[in-house]
Amino acid sequence: MAGKRLAKGGRIDHDRPLRFTFNGRAYSGLAGDTLASALLANGLRLTARSFKYHRPRGIVGAGVEEPSALVELTGADAAGNLQATTVPLTDGLEARSVNCWPSPAFDLGAVAQLAGRFIPAGFYYKTFKWPNWQLYAPAIRRAAGLAAAPRTPPAEGRYEARYGHCDLLIAGAGPAGLMAAQVAARAGLRVMIVDEGTEPGGALLSRRLQIAGAPALQWVEEAVAELAALPDVIHLQQATVWACREHNYLMATERAPERPGLMERSWRIRAGHVITATGAMERAIPFGNNDRPGVMLASAVQSYVNRYAVLPGRRAVIFANNNSAYAVAADLLAAGGQVVAIIDSRADVPEAARALVPQLTVRAGHVVISAHGARALRGVRIAPLAGGPEETLACDLLAVSGGWNPAVHLWSQSRSTLRYDEALAAFLPDRPAQAFSAAGAAAGAFALEDALRSGAEVAARIANVAVPEIPDAQDLPYAIAPHWRVEAARGKAFLDLQNDVTVDDVHLALREGYSDVELVKRYTTAGMGIDQGKTGNVNVIGTVALARGLEPGAVGTTTFRAPWTPVSFGAIAGMRDGQLALPWRHTPVTQWNLDRGAVMYEAGARWRRPGYFPRPGETMQEAVDRECRAVRFGVGVYDGSPLGKFELKGRCVGRFLDFLYSNIMSSLTPGNGRYGLMLSDDGLIMDDGVCFRLDAGRWMISTSTGHAEAIHSHMEEQLQMRCPGWNVLITPVTSQWTNATICGPQARAVMEALGTDIDLSPEAFPFMSLRDGHVAGLPARVVRVSFTGELSFEVNVAPRHMRELWDRVMEAGADFGILPVGSEASHVLRVEKGFLSLGHEVDGTVDAHDLGMGWVMSRKKDDYLGKRAVAIRRAGSHGGAGRRELVGVLPEPDCPIPEGAPLTPGGRREATEGFVTACVWSVVQERWVGLALLENGHARQGETAYVRLKGGAVIPVRVSAPCHYDPDGQRLRS
Amino acid sequence: MLLITCPFCGPRNESEFVYGGPVKPPRPDPATRDDAEWTEWLTHVPNPVGPVEEQWWHARGCGTWLTIWRDTRSHDIVGAPHDGG
Ligand SMILES: [Zn+2]
Repeated sequence: MAGKRLAKGGRIDHDRPLRFTFNGRAYSGLAGDTLASALLANGLRLTARSFKYHRPRGIVGAGVEEPSALVELTGADAAGNLQATTVPLTDGLEARSVNCWPSPAFDLGAVAQLAGRFIPAGFYYKTFKWPNWQLYAPAIRRAAGLAAAPRTPPAEGRYEARYGHCDLLIAGAGPAGLMAAQVAARAGLRVMIVDEGTEPGGALLSRRLQIAGAPALQWVEEAVAELAALPDVIHLQQATVWACREHNYLMATERAPERPGLMERSWRIRAGHVITATGAMERAIPFGNNDRPGVMLASAVQSYVNRYAVLPGRRAVIFANNNSAYAVAADLLAAGGQVVAIIDSRADVPEAARALVPQLTVRAGHVVISAHGARALRGVRIAPLAGGPEETLACDLLAVSGGWNPAVHLWSQSRSTLRYDEALAAFLPDRPAQAFSAAGAAAGAFALEDALRSGAEVAARIANVAVPEIPDAQDLPYAIAPHWRVEAARGKAFLDLQNDVTVDDVHLALREGYSDVELVKRYTTAGMGIDQGKTGNVNVIGTVALARGLEPGAVGTTTFRAPWTPVSFGAIAGMRDGQLALPWRHTPVTQWNLDRGAVMYEAGARWRRPGYFPRPGETMQEAVDRECRAVRFGVGVYDGSPLGKFELKGRCVGRFLDFLYSNIMSSLTPGNGRYGLMLSDDGLIMDDGVCFRLDAGRWMISTSTGHAEAIHSHMEEQLQMRCPGWNVLITPVTSQWTNATICGPQARAVMEALGTDIDLSPEAFPFMSLRDGHVAGLPARVVRVSFTGELSFEVNVAPRHMRELWDRVMEAGADFGILPVGSEASHVLRVEKGFLSLGHEVDGTVDAHDLGMGWVMSRKKDDYLGKRAVAIRRAGSHGGAGRRELVGVLPEPDCPIPEGAPLTPGGRREATEGFVTACVWSVVQERWVGLALLENGHARQGETAYVRLKGGAVIPVRVSAPCHYDPDGQRLRS
Repeated sequence: MLLITCPFCGPRNESEFVYGGPVKPPRPDPATRDDAEWTEWLTHVPNPVGPVEEQWWHARGCGTWLTIWRDTRSHDIVGAPHDGG
């Protein structure tokens, strides 16, 4: 039992005990604890096993920098791979270690440690490379044992997302951030101040400092109260700004929003200016066995003592290369702890530092070579830096300070540059790439008064006001002599505790030629994982610098990428899950379809449409056949509402449509329409559909369901960017017109039974014309188009009338045996007719000539989109020789062919000469019929081609014209 | 998430827009170009390192097709080069 709770002090409530379990055992902590501080207060040392070697690990840090104490929460709060230092303790919390089974003290995986020296950097890449890494990765990741994601979402609670807008976003509510917020808010700026801690104050929470002659936290309290009273300030705690994107767009997650049932809230913030007041993080010093439980960051020790009233060890040694650790020693002594000695690698220790702890032994010019003890620290071996006699100091706590790294992550994500500062031995913000500033320790202003001044000055500059007076704040000036690693180290010296990366691994990477720091990172995995190397990355840079004889600034940093800390997917999604993420589009008869047991499909563009309507005991094929027979021999009806529809109005519409379509539309007279193709200017088929003229200046066009938005975009682009000044107005009316399409030989009889004031005779209302009038007493626009090859009336009504129309059609059609028809039957009917379907027969390579539709390519028009490109392409292929052309195929013997099956010459195992685009059971031919794209197919009608299936089976097919039924189109014109 | 200024709606999030590719030279009269020139116009899409003029459609806004100059190195929206930007 090493650590213990202090009787008083700290930012915890000594009168509010909380119960929790860790690895199945019950413990007690206090309100205000983190899981880590509660574990230390209970004397727990060994909290985890490491990722690769399963070495015993303890708590190293006190916040988001924690590399090793990873836990998994179970029960109601289930979550994987959390840092014990960032989990606020709650009553009933259940946690367990990751990477060890059955417990960290008795870990079967620790046998891997024995083989440790055989697992150098790059080992996995070198060993598991045949046939490929992907084969091994899942098993290796399982063995590595990081926690799995929870299998089910939390039973209760939800996430939400919202937007934020401000003149100034301040990341961090420490002294610099609060000072900046005060100055900016007083000047009238809209300020957001966002801090990831459980309470504001930043580093002040962990230190014993004074501002203006009073405890620093009193100043914090007053500053926060002043901000809270201002109307244009939003202050978020337990909220992390984790990403910066273009144009000062930032992502933040609020982890404990004060609203019942809300687990997390994600913010997307557009800020006029950003101040990163994100503080600094301490780095470790690599020496032998520097991962032993009991070796901690000095600042973390200070935090546990001052903030959580926990003494993490009974006998402490301090190992430092800078001044900040002297305050830690002083605080340990003040709390009643014992400090054996301060080991300082600097030969000359500043007098101001020594003066903080005059009673302590300072071993200047000495270093810790190695730590002793297996599962917990028992002592350290020290030696003069210059070499000389070694000695052992017994201790159960080693507080290490290798210097301070400004938290430049957010700054760097904005692409703002860094520079290496020799005096501070750290990378500092240099030139901003966006409206960004850094303040406080994040800008290298480590001493408290400097941090306050830096916050005030930066905010004053942004708000364009005078810098106010800075309150008095005594703090020891920072001074450091960098010490990147202990040369005489014995045992593994870890740079990255989370990924088990040692100094030797970095040297191996350099020997093997991975000299760039980005390559070192990828080869060794240093700096990856949950902590993203917050304590170790700069030491990796220092190690590379020493080995290559460079300055750290010349080595440079790896790229800082979002997120700064792990973010839950739920918070990013907010409320957009399930139906809200990708909502379905429904027509007014969706419920009717569902009530009749329709199997629903997506028809493109998120429209839900019935696929088929099975009756009890019926197979899908039987249902589809029945629906097809109704259309071919009686009457059927389908809901064609999802088809894209646009109304175009204006003097120049005819000319505009002639430019968009490959055929001529301007010559249409009112009430008449034409089928057409729209090409892109590179000659590919974008869409097909019909175009009707309503009156002199109004037109209506249809597009395929899935292309409606793309065609809208295309038309507006052509109009606005290429045809400025043309008098055309485009209105999407897909949702304004819904329709019931009645089709089949009995369609006219059903229309008559419905009752209409439109003359339905073929002479008065021929194929490809349109009439406005009434059907079943409802205002309707009836269009004679046909996508089935049968006599069809597309009855369009306003959506509010659709359900009534549908009911009336079913009533009127009952005598004729009318059936609702789904998209499966529609597919069969169009294949029988050889009608195109984009995505089946049109795949981005074929042109109209290949489809046997050369007639649609106007020769009269000098120019239209795609004309020149098609001409050039066909001229280049000698008039189209060798192109894949649309044909019908009849399998012989009669059998189905899978859609997409390749055709090869003679069925041999050779390069394909085409593929089957569709194959259906034809109710009129009573056999399987298909369509295919086949090389020189037009000239090969009557010949035999060969489908070659996967596995080598060959199906001969007779090549025919694409249309398998009523080639003259008498039925659809009837 | 770029911040794109629509001439009608003001600065709006990129998510309201649909990208329309770099701006090509105006579409020539096909009668005045031979095949090679036409193919060059059709297939040559500006792809510079640095400022490029782009089309964006304010699809979830007013429906305007607009153009901006974007620096491909920084995503900064910059002035047109001839404006001295
Ligand atoms: Zn707009």
